[in-house]
Amino acid sequence: MRAAWIKNPYMTQRLAFLLLLVSTLLIVIPVGMIVVIIAWKGIPAINWQFLSDIPRQGMRSGGIFPAIVGTIYLVLGAISFALPIGLLAAIYLSEYSKDNILTRLIKLSIVNLAGVPSVVYGLFGLALFVVFFKLGASILSGSLTLGIMILPIIITTSREALESVPNSFREVSLSLGASKWQTIRHIVLPNAIPGILTGTILGLGRAAGETAPILFTVAAFYLPQLPKSIFDQAMALPYHLYVISTQVPNVDEKIRCGTALVLLALVLFMNLIAIIIRYKFRKKKKW
Amino acid sequence: MRKIKEFIIEKLILLAGIASIFFVAMIFLFLLKEGLAVFKVETPFKFLFGKSWYPISEPPQLGILPLILGSLLVTFGAAVISVPIGVGCAVYIAEIAPAGLKETLKAGIELLAAIPSVVLGFIGMVTLVPLVKNIFHLPTGLTALSGSIMLAFMATPTIVSIAEDALYSIPKNYKEGALALGATQWQTIWRVMLPAASSGILAAVMLGIGRVIGETMAVMMITGNAAVIPHSIFVPVRTLTATIAAEMGEAVVGSEHYFALFAIGIVLFVISFAINVTADLILHRRKF
Amino acid sequence: MVNPVKNTFEIKDLDIRFGPVHAIKQISMDIPANEILSIIGPSNSGKTTFLRTLNRLSDLYPDFKIDGRILFEEKDIGWLDVETLRRKIGMVFALPLPLPLSIFDNVAYGPRMQGVKNKKELAEKVEEALMQGHLWDEVKDRLGESAFKLSGGQQQRLCIARTLAVGPKVILFDEPCSGLDPISTAKIEDSMIKLKENYTIVLVTNNVKQAARVGDKTAFFLGGELIEMDRTEKIFTAPKDNRTDDYIRGKFG
Repeated sequence: MRAAWIKNPYMTQRLAFLLLLVSTLLIVIPVGMIVVIIAWKGIPAINWQFLSDIPRQGMRSGGIFPAIVGTIYLVLGAISFALPIGLLAAIYLSEYSKDNILTRLIKLSIVNLAGVPSVVYGLFGLALFVVFFKLGASILSGSLTLGIMILPIIITTSREALESVPNSFREVSLSLGASKWQTIRHIVLPNAIPGILTGTILGLGRAAGETAPILFTVAAFYLPQLPKSIFDQAMALPYHLYVISTQVPNVDEKIRCGTALVLLALVLFMNLIAIIIRYKFRKKKKW
Repeated sequence: MRKIKEFIIEKLILLAGIASIFFVAMIFLFLLKEGLAVFKVETPFKFLFGKSWYPISEPPQLGILPLILGSLLVTFGAAVISVPIGVGCAVYIAEIAPAGLKETLKAGIELLAAIPSVVLGFIGMVTLVPLVKNIFHLPTGLTALSGSIMLAFMATPTIVSIAEDALYSIPKNYKEGALALGATQWQTIWRVMLPAASSGILAAVMLGIGRVIGETMAVMMITGNAAVIPHSIFVPVRTLTATIAAEMGEAVVGSEHYFALFAIGIVLFVISFAINVTADLILHRRKF
Repeated sequence: MVNPVKNTFEIKDLDIRFGPVHAIKQISMDIPANEILSIIGPSNSGKTTFLRTLNRLSDLYPDFKIDGRILFEEKDIGWLDVETLRRKIGMVFALPLPLPLSIFDNVAYGPRMQGVKNKKELAEKVEEALMQGHLWDEVKDRLGESAFKLSGGQQQRLCIARTLAVGPKVILFDEPCSGLDPISTAKIEDSMIKLKENYTIVLVTNNVKQAARVGDKTAFFLGGELIEMDRTEKIFTAPKDNRTDDYIRGKFG
């Protein structure tokens, strides 16, 4: 009788729930801690000079401006490639594809592209763009490589956005004599834009933070001047952080954390915007 | 006139649709193109199971077993940590957390997933590595253990979000039926919901592991980069991914080292292909 | 718009399958111009499938197999350009379905897709369509507002106006009053009767009494077959088939 309380299902439940809460905290708390640590140690380094100056003294002082610029170029380049192709592919899957082997293959390919390790993308970019197409290590090579890498994100989120437009709208449009493409262009697409925008921003965030794909395709360690064309190499924030953390000795921790902070802030900011757009859109939906 | 324009647009749409297949094929082909060349100097068996990785010695020794074991060790360690925690967190969010908290937690997990791996590597270098060194009294904190912990961290968002989806998609009457029979909430979760969601949870774990195996920057910065067969988790190791990232800069284009690194790329591609396709099949086989 | 052709539709041995489902079984009928044909029958009897085949919305169904012949104004609908066909055969759906646009843009949508760009021309078409749909007075001062701000009945009349703006010869109504209150229903039935002067109307309805009020001819569908079709008075007073009689009296369905 006395041992019975141990076997009481409510005790078990309490214990189990406690463990589950602990699991959750084990994830959530360190996240918070990470952001706090980086902010704490990095904010002292952030000033206008840091953001607008070029690195000096072998990265030990000066600023990270070229890296910021390089990241922006790469991200814009990646999205110029991934958005048109990704959106059209999403339109294909949502509006035109039938339930057949081709569609199954396409979906499988997308799942695969999403799962390829980022360093393998780097190898691919090296082999195809840098060597085969002779583009050399350049913003062009890096952007194209990043573009293919974020293609699955764009396709998947855009497809979901398109599929969430009610079918009845399509039927109405067609019954009024509009063609399929007119229906897509005037009814489906405009109403899917928030979702597409969310996906695009998430893709941008991902492209901004990736290091491995740009290691061999574009990233330069130290460039005193900003890149002048897409055939030039560029510096980039993730690579810069990697280098000053592992290759350059005696860099002030403040500078390292400052760089990490800028990168983290950039990426988290983009993701936050995407989440907010998604949230507001869900509330505002008129149908 | 409009019809001609529409015809062209619709053909472009079809092309874009097929593009994904095209890109996957291209990636595989180019990996093969450069990677298969290594098998002129080394048999596949010796490549995969050779114990010595000294690519710059003369003649180069290109056995990737230490690297495979490094990846496996770190991945296994990460799985051991992240699976219980990840599934536990998914259960908490799906079943127990109150509504407002739920959305905040989900957003938090999503933000964790968004943190670039180089940033996590940096943090790991600065906090985790010294911690491991001190707690376990090791000569260096750059070990497989540190890598496992950090990677567990990176895998959990994937596991949590897919497992949570799996739990969410269980029909309500499973839960209501159990509760109506007098089961406690926990008993319902443990005996009814988890088994019902098991295939989705399995897929979640697989995708989380897939993410870990493919991880490059964070491992490079905290596992120590010693390309030798590890004997415990308290020693530095080298993963397949880190090898490529660290050595490609030095490898001369067209050298055996270069081809060997691409061959490692093939191995990684095949592994991730297998994991992703299997997980996808599991996720889409069961539909209520 | 007086139709020169006697029968707007001539349907012969129409047979439709969706995969294993045999939805329409050998239906033949003529639908005369400038009249209202009511189609009644229990759910799943094929009424909606039939209606959607007339304006080829059925093309959207996967696994759709069709046999037999449908002539629209003496031309086979399979041979006509589907966009032109749908402009001539308009459809009003069961639930009011305004597009997520303003009132004006809803009505102007069809003409715009047809290629009309001139603002004055569009405004004229919109006004005329809304007048014919008996909605102009209620909305003329707020054409720029979202169509969702209208009441259910108004939205449905908007949908009718939207269809009229394209200049059809036929209007198909698929249970148009199922979501509406009795007053709105009466207004729409009223519109239908006035519209038949210029258009051929086919109405699918679950409401037997509505069919009796509105239809010049009535057809009874059951299980994919056309059981009986005749002038409405005859169907309701002296139907030839027992099943028709049973359905009308409410013994099933």
